[in-house]
Amino acid sequence: MKIIGPDALLFGVDDLEACTQYLTDYGLTPVGDGRFEAMDGTAIVIAAKDDTSLPADMGNGCQLRKTLYGVADEATLNAVAEELGKDREVRRLEDGSIEALDDMGFTLGFQLTIRRDYEAPAEVVHSPGSNAPKRELNELGVDPSVKITPRSLSHLVYFVPDGDKAEAFYRDRLGFRVTDRLVGAGPFMQPGGTQDHHTLFMIQAPEFMRGLEHFTFHFGGPTEVMLAGSRMVEKGYQSFWGPGRHQMGSNWFWYFNSPFGARMEMDADMDLHDEQWVAREIPISAEISQAFLFQYREKWIPGPGGGK
Amino acid sequence: MSHNPQRLCAIDELPEGESKGFDLDGDGQDELFVVHREGVLYAYRNSCPHQPGAPMAWRRHAYLNKEASLIVCFAHGAQFDIESGLCIDGPCQGASLTAVPLSQDRDGNVYLTE
Repeated sequence: MKIIGPDALLFGVDDLEACTQYLTDYGLTPVGDGRFEAMDGTAIVIAAKDDTSLPADMGNGCQLRKTLYGVADEATLNAVAEELGKDREVRRLEDGSIEALDDMGFTLGFQLTIRRDYEAPAEVVHSPGSNAPKRELNELGVDPSVKITPRSLSHLVYFVPDGDKAEAFYRDRLGFRVTDRLVGAGPFMQPGGTQDHHTLFMIQAPEFMRGLEHFTFHFGGPTEVMLAGSRMVEKGYQSFWGPGRHQMGSNWFWYFNSPFGARMEMDADMDLHDEQWVAREIPISAEISQAFLFQYREKWIPGPGGGK
Repeated sequence: MSHNPQRLCAIDELPEGESKGFDLDGDGQDELFVVHREGVLYAYRNSCPHQPGAPMAWRRHAYLNKEASLIVCFAHGAQFDIESGLCIDGPCQGASLTAVPLSQDRDGNVYLTE
C-alpha cells in the first residue's frame, strides 16, 4: 500500500480567529475555506467546532476531527477500502476519497494525494573537507528577513489508550512499518509510500487523554526552524520545547503551544529509511528524547558594556 | 498581608473576562497568571499538572478559551474551572492548578500575598 503521509489535518476549533492568525504566523498560506497550505499543497483545514460538515469530535476537547492521508495511486485507495471494509464502515465521499475510523476512534480519510511538485532551495552547509555541494562564492548563508514557508506536512502524534492495538492496526491493516520504538511510549511508524523516518508516532496514555498530541510541517533546514521559531516567540507565542534536535529521526525541532489545544512543531532534516533499516528499541528518557536542547533568549550583544 | 508584598499590577490592568501572565523574574516565561472573572481575581502558577512546569498559554496572556469561561492548557488541551482551578477535561482530569493568593489595597494595587 502506497500511503504517503498526511495530506491534511481537519480541525473543529474553539477560536477560528486565533487559529487563523496562528497558522498564518507559523508560515502557512491561507488559500480560503479555512485551508492553510505548505509549499506542496499539504494543509491544515479549520472550521468552527459546531460546523456540522465535520466528522464527530472525540468528546474530550480534542479539536482534531480527521487525518486525511494522501495515497500514491488508485490501487492503494481501493486496497485500503477493501481492507478496512472487512470489519467496519467505509464511506465513499463525493470527492472520491474514503473515510473510516481507526481502531482508536480517530477518523481517517484517504485520497489520491494532492501533493504537488515544487522547488525550493536547500540549506547548504560548508563542511570543511567534504566534497558535498557548497554555496556559490559570495552567496550569503543567512538572510534574517527571508520569508519562510513550511515545505510539507510532516507527521502527527496521537495519545492512544491501547498502544499495541493501535500499532497493529496501522501495521497489519495499512502496511505501516515500525522504524524505531521508544519503549514506555510507543512506535514511530512509516507508511509504505514514503521514506520519512515517521509520519505517525503514538504514545500510550490513559483513555481520557485520547487525542492529538502534536503535529508539524517540514521546514527547509535547521536555520529555517531557528529563524521561524524565533519569529514565533517574538510575536508572543509560547515555546514549549526547543529548539533542539531529536535522536529518533534526527529531526531538528521546536514545539509551540497553539490554540488547537495541541502543540505545533516545526521540524527539519528528518532521517530517511528504507526496508534495510532495523528498528531500534530504546527505553524512553529525557536523554534519548533529544541530542541537545536550547532555549530562546532575547537578542543581546556581548560588547564591552555587556548589555544590549 | 505579609511583609513587603510584591506588587503585581493595578486592578485596571486586569480587565474583566481576561487573563494576564506575569514574568516576574524576566526570563521570558510567565511564573503565574491572573484571571478576572465576575469581579474576582484568581491567580495560578503557570504550570500544567499534566506535565508540571509545562507553560500553558498559547501566546502572551492567552490562558482562556474563546468564551473566557475556562482556563485551557494549550499544550495538550486540558480545561480547568476558573474558580477552583480543577481540571474538568483533558489529560489531567481531577488534578488542580496551584493557586497563588493575591491581595488588593484600597488604591487598586494587586499584590502577591506570599
